[in-house]
Amino acid sequence: MNTKTLSLPLAASLATALTLAGGQAHAQSATMEKCFGVSLAGANDCAAGPGTTCSGTSTVDYQGNAWTLVPAGTCAEIDLPAMADGSARMGSLAELDRDLPST
Amino acid sequence: MPHERSHAAQQSGFHAALWQTEAPAGITAPAQDEAAQRFAVYRNNVQHSLTRALAARFPVIEQLVGAAFFTAMARVFIAAQPPSSPVLLHWGGDFAAFLDQFPPVAHLPFLGDVALLEYARGRACHAADAAPVAGEALHVPDPAALRLILHPSVTLFASQHPAVQIWQSHLPQASRAALNAGPDHALIAREPDFTVIVVPTDQGTHAVLTALAEGQTLRQAASQADPTTALTLLLRHQLVTQIQTGATP
Amino acid sequence: MPHLPRSTGLGFKPEHFSDIMARQGAVAFFEVHAENYMGDGGAPHAMLAALRENHALSIHGVGLSIGSAGGLDPEHLARLRRLIARYEPASFSEHLAWSSHGAAWLNDLLPLPYTDETLTTICAHIDQVQNALGRRMLLENPATYVSFDSSTWAETDFLTELVRRTGCGLLLDINNVFISATNHRFDPLAYLAAFPLEAVGEIHLAGHDTEELPSGPLLIDTHGAPVADPVWTLYAQVLARTGPLPTLIEWDTDVPDFPTLLAEAARAARLLGSDAKNHSHAA
Repeated sequence: MNTKTLSLPLAASLATALTLAGGQAHAQSATMEKCFGVSLAGANDCAAGPGTTCSGTSTVDYQGNAWTLVPAGTCAEIDLPAMADGSARMGSLAELDRDLPST
Repeated sequence: MPHERSHAAQQSGFHAALWQTEAPAGITAPAQDEAAQRFAVYRNNVQHSLTRALAARFPVIEQLVGAAFFTAMARVFIAAQPPSSPVLLHWGGDFAAFLDQFPPVAHLPFLGDVALLEYARGRACHAADAAPVAGEALHVPDPAALRLILHPSVTLFASQHPAVQIWQSHLPQASRAALNAGPDHALIAREPDFTVIVVPTDQGTHAVLTALAEGQTLRQAASQADPTTALTLLLRHQLVTQIQTGATP
Repeated sequence: MPHLPRSTGLGFKPEHFSDIMARQGAVAFFEVHAENYMGDGGAPHAMLAALRENHALSIHGVGLSIGSAGGLDPEHLARLRRLIARYEPASFSEHLAWSSHGAAWLNDLLPLPYTDETLTTICAHIDQVQNALGRRMLLENPATYVSFDSSTWAETDFLTELVRRTGCGLLLDINNVFISATNHRFDPLAYLAAFPLEAVGEIHLAGHDTEELPSGPLLIDTHGAPVADPVWTLYAQVLARTGPLPTLIEWDTDVPDFPTLLAEAARAARLLGSDAKNHSHAA
């Protein structure tokens, strides 16, 4: 019967998994801040942030549809291999000149 | 006599001006020619606080495109899809779809998937609590018929791009190793001590985990691929919260 | 009805959690922003539950948008009710401001004109909140950068009337008083003289930024600096009239280490303590 034959390797998998998973009993400790970068994400607040005063206007370079900025972070360091299906890996830089829908 | 505008009309005007360059009608200041400058504090604070909330949720996206570009792009996103709830920890679920269709980042097709990964981490952080069961509970005569209920924080992430590798390369102290071609897969979840984990998996393990998460039996899940790694991960990170021993259908 | 201790408290920041656990009771109460604890589970709730065990708790909402011309968000009110039922805080407070428009959440405390119409609307909203939560709430005076030509009420009269009609209490933010007084060029002492101090259930102290406009200074409510000296002076003058009141140090941007916050709280505690002595002598 199928159940029987499938159960044998499954049981072996389980036994291996239980062994590999090992001593798993790390209890809740004073490490609650661990997921910090995330738990603070989107934090609600009731104060004005820095850079909000009237002369120090926030860096808003976007005016109307005239988008001229180019991503200038670590994306420049990313050398994307061709996809597994061999399809092209990047869009055209000409995309940058395209107007945006008005918001 | 100042004309008393209705509250709703006044608020609509104030709100509209937050997204424009003109100050709204009806605001005053001791030096009236400074009223628009003072109003700009509100306009800037709305933009700034929402932009920083978005950046806090998507720190790797901000690194990838750079802070100046992120701020400008956030302005477009916020104007188009502002948060619909005051609970900002839920905000950002639409950001990946926005990145997928935002023309200035069309040459970075992996951004949307990296955003999905970052959002899944936040989701894992705030997901409901559930106590894990001991792995020994899996020692039953017919484990093939078991179904596992996984922790609410679990997301089984898949990307056609090397999105997991790109995200990992932005961890503190990470090196920029050469990327392997996608697809990438990862198990994203929260451990009992609140650590949020991103564990890369192979495609077969991803298929087994997905089948288990959908409520299939161990037998059904094991038909996808060797389940050893999937089971090891679930037990090691204590992500099984319930074991159902229903009769085999 | 529970009350906050007439002592000092701090805004809770998760990065200080270990310090706080190591020095339980360093301050009498902690305050949290309600909306940051509206996820389903995880570390935020675990930390809040641990804090709650040894400290009084104040839940300070930033999301109700009580000053909205539209109605309150019933879903948000329900979330708030669940949060308050779970943690049973000694105090719940919100702001005299609006923060959402239609479906859009703006994440800032925006100002409103003080008119008969806004008074009626806000009274209805406070009634709705107090009925839904089954408790008295405190409403905080705002820090503002503009005023409205349609306003027909002074802010202090507006707040007095809100208290009279709804029975709510007030959260007196003395930094906000100083900011608005400076920005709108009025005397903060005159404002405090007209303020219904008998309704105050909590005091907020915080730091601000200063910007120079051609006509004079414009203060920005950043909560990112130590409490300014003139705000400490106003605080002492308020305490001389009210006796000790629960007093919170708010520091929300560029958050310093925990000892720095404790030092600010200790300064408030000295003023609270010396005032308590004066009052007991007088009694």
